[in-house]
Amino acid sequence: MDMKTEKKTLNLKERYRLLTRDLGWEPSYRSADEVFPYVKYEGIKVHDWGKWEDPFRLTMDAYWKYQAEKERKFYAIVDAHAQNNGHLNITDARYLSALKLFLQAISPGEYAAGKGFARVGREFPGVGTQVACQMQALDEIRHAQTQIHALSNYNKYYDGFHAFADARDRIWYTSVARSFFDDAMSAGPFEFMIAIGFSFEYVLTNLLFVPFMSGAAYNGDMATVTFGFSAQSDEARHMTLGLECIKFMLEQDPDNLPIVQGWIDKWFWRGFRVLGLVSTMMDYMLPKRVMSWREAWEIYGVENGGALFRDLARYGVRPPKGWDDAEKAIDHMSHQIMLGLYQWSFGTSFHSWIPSDDDMEWLAKKYPTTFDKYYRPRWNHIKKLAAAGTPFKNFGLAKLCQCCQLPVVFTEPDDPTLLCNRETVYEGEKYHFCSDGCQQVFENEPEKYVQAWLPMPQLFQMFDGDVAAWMDWVSLRDGHDNGDYDGSRDQQNFQQWRGLATSNQ
Amino acid sequence: MPVKSLKKYVGVPRDVVANFHGKQVVYVSWDQHLLFAAPLMLCLPPQTTFRELVDGPLAALIAPDPDAAAVDWSTVQWLKANQPWVPDFDRSLADNGIVHKDQLRLSTPGLNSLRPAA
Repeated sequence: MDMKTEKKTLNLKERYRLLTRDLGWEPSYRSADEVFPYVKYEGIKVHDWGKWEDPFRLTMDAYWKYQAEKERKFYAIVDAHAQNNGHLNITDARYLSALKLFLQAISPGEYAAGKGFARVGREFPGVGTQVACQMQALDEIRHAQTQIHALSNYNKYYDGFHAFADARDRIWYTSVARSFFDDAMSAGPFEFMIAIGFSFEYVLTNLLFVPFMSGAAYNGDMATVTFGFSAQSDEARHMTLGLECIKFMLEQDPDNLPIVQGWIDKWFWRGFRVLGLVSTMMDYMLPKRVMSWREAWEIYGVENGGALFRDLARYGVRPPKGWDDAEKAIDHMSHQIMLGLYQWSFGTSFHSWIPSDDDMEWLAKKYPTTFDKYYRPRWNHIKKLAAAGTPFKNFGLAKLCQCCQLPVVFTEPDDPTLLCNRETVYEGEKYHFCSDGCQQVFENEPEKYVQAWLPMPQLFQMFDGDVAAWMDWVSLRDGHDNGDYDGSRDQQNFQQWRGLATSNQ
Repeated sequence: MPVKSLKKYVGVPRDVVANFHGKQVVYVSWDQHLLFAAPLMLCLPPQTTFRELVDGPLAALIAPDPDAAAVDWSTVQWLKANQPWVPDFDRSLADNGIVHKDQLRLSTPGLNSLRPAA
């Protein structure tokens, strides 16, 4: 006969308390400063680590269960994508450029974030902090893996996917994202949290993921959409951790405010520059576009970001210093970067192209004050050069910004006809920047940025300017991975295979 | 400001002239001519004359611009490190005071085919 017994299982909150209670012991034969040597040197004052709230209170067994469930769904769809010729269901093979850029520049950033969170999870003394950072470290590695797996199917059919790890390490445009993460990973634990947990995950992540994943859906890329869904529930947790961290710092001691504000200024601007690549993906690389970069900025930057900084104002935090310059750049940046990517496409492991007449109409409509006035004349001239059989290739390698590492393609905030040239001399050496924002980041810590590994100067230091030798080194197959989409192998294959699938020819 | 650190923090500059095999970097850009997305990076021996820089790599690189053929080099206005400056075409980069990673800007008032009309 069945007996009703007392329930033995604990609820989540109790399990979390039991999970964490014994982690916060007082060290006895080593001092706390020896066990946690990195928490004080940045100048952040913490009086009570117990005040760190982990709002999710997720236990490890629950974490595994949720993630395993998501993995099962994710891989089922990735398999279905492979079996149903998903590589032919995209709108157009031009879409692949956005994926290649994402895989080479952004997915490795997920992995870097994983390493960073694993490290700060060890460096922070608070128990809630440690657990939350460890889980985020696992999430980030999972994101890198699932992105790579989702995109690996395309590698069977298309160029430019085969050597994303070499591209990540060596090719020039990826150093924009790489230097962002390297900068964060070589900072102290609190600055890392502001850089990745707050600026990237909270302020900027929507501008990266929402338009990109919607872009995947609009362009028939179900594998990437599925990845997006699988990561989304993690992102909510990451955003909460980032916001929790900044509030914790500000509530612990009023002396923390100027330090935190300085980091917000720095990491907003650095993140904004990384997003320059995303603006180009949105405005130019998606055959079927979701919204313009300007529209995304209105929603996720102006509205959401504005609300966030109004909320943080009670701690004395003001919006990031570069905000106004960012706003002035919104209607220009995607055009300026795409013009650069096109003329340097001999050195990119993805294709670019001259926008079609339809594309230009769309751009003119979305950028009524800038596209026709400033950018259409340049594209028209480039189109003329291509029609004359002398397509425009700019073999003059580009001057790079010492801080963000983008080519110096941006114009003066108040004069879109003049390139923004900023330079300084530090200990007898000249350094160049794309903006006041990047110059200020450098001048706050010049010793850090003088070491920057800038790809263009390296091409001369390592290969004496020999572009073919450099291509070998970055695993770029000249004539296949690079150049104009028009006439590329990707274009031919896509048309041929799609033709086979949809006609009797 | 110094980098905050637990120990003394020393950064070693990566792009000093000694790493360029006897050459130096010179950046050149053409004001109001944004067909070229960023300043051009040249890497040349410091003994190169300014005329060789202009007639050689610079002229070749700016050729795709519709104004390139009309440039009268004797009337071009120059900026070096954002300051007005007059080059001597027959002297070397070094003798012209063009140091490693100097940025030169040329401007050609009146020549601006691709610039928007006001």
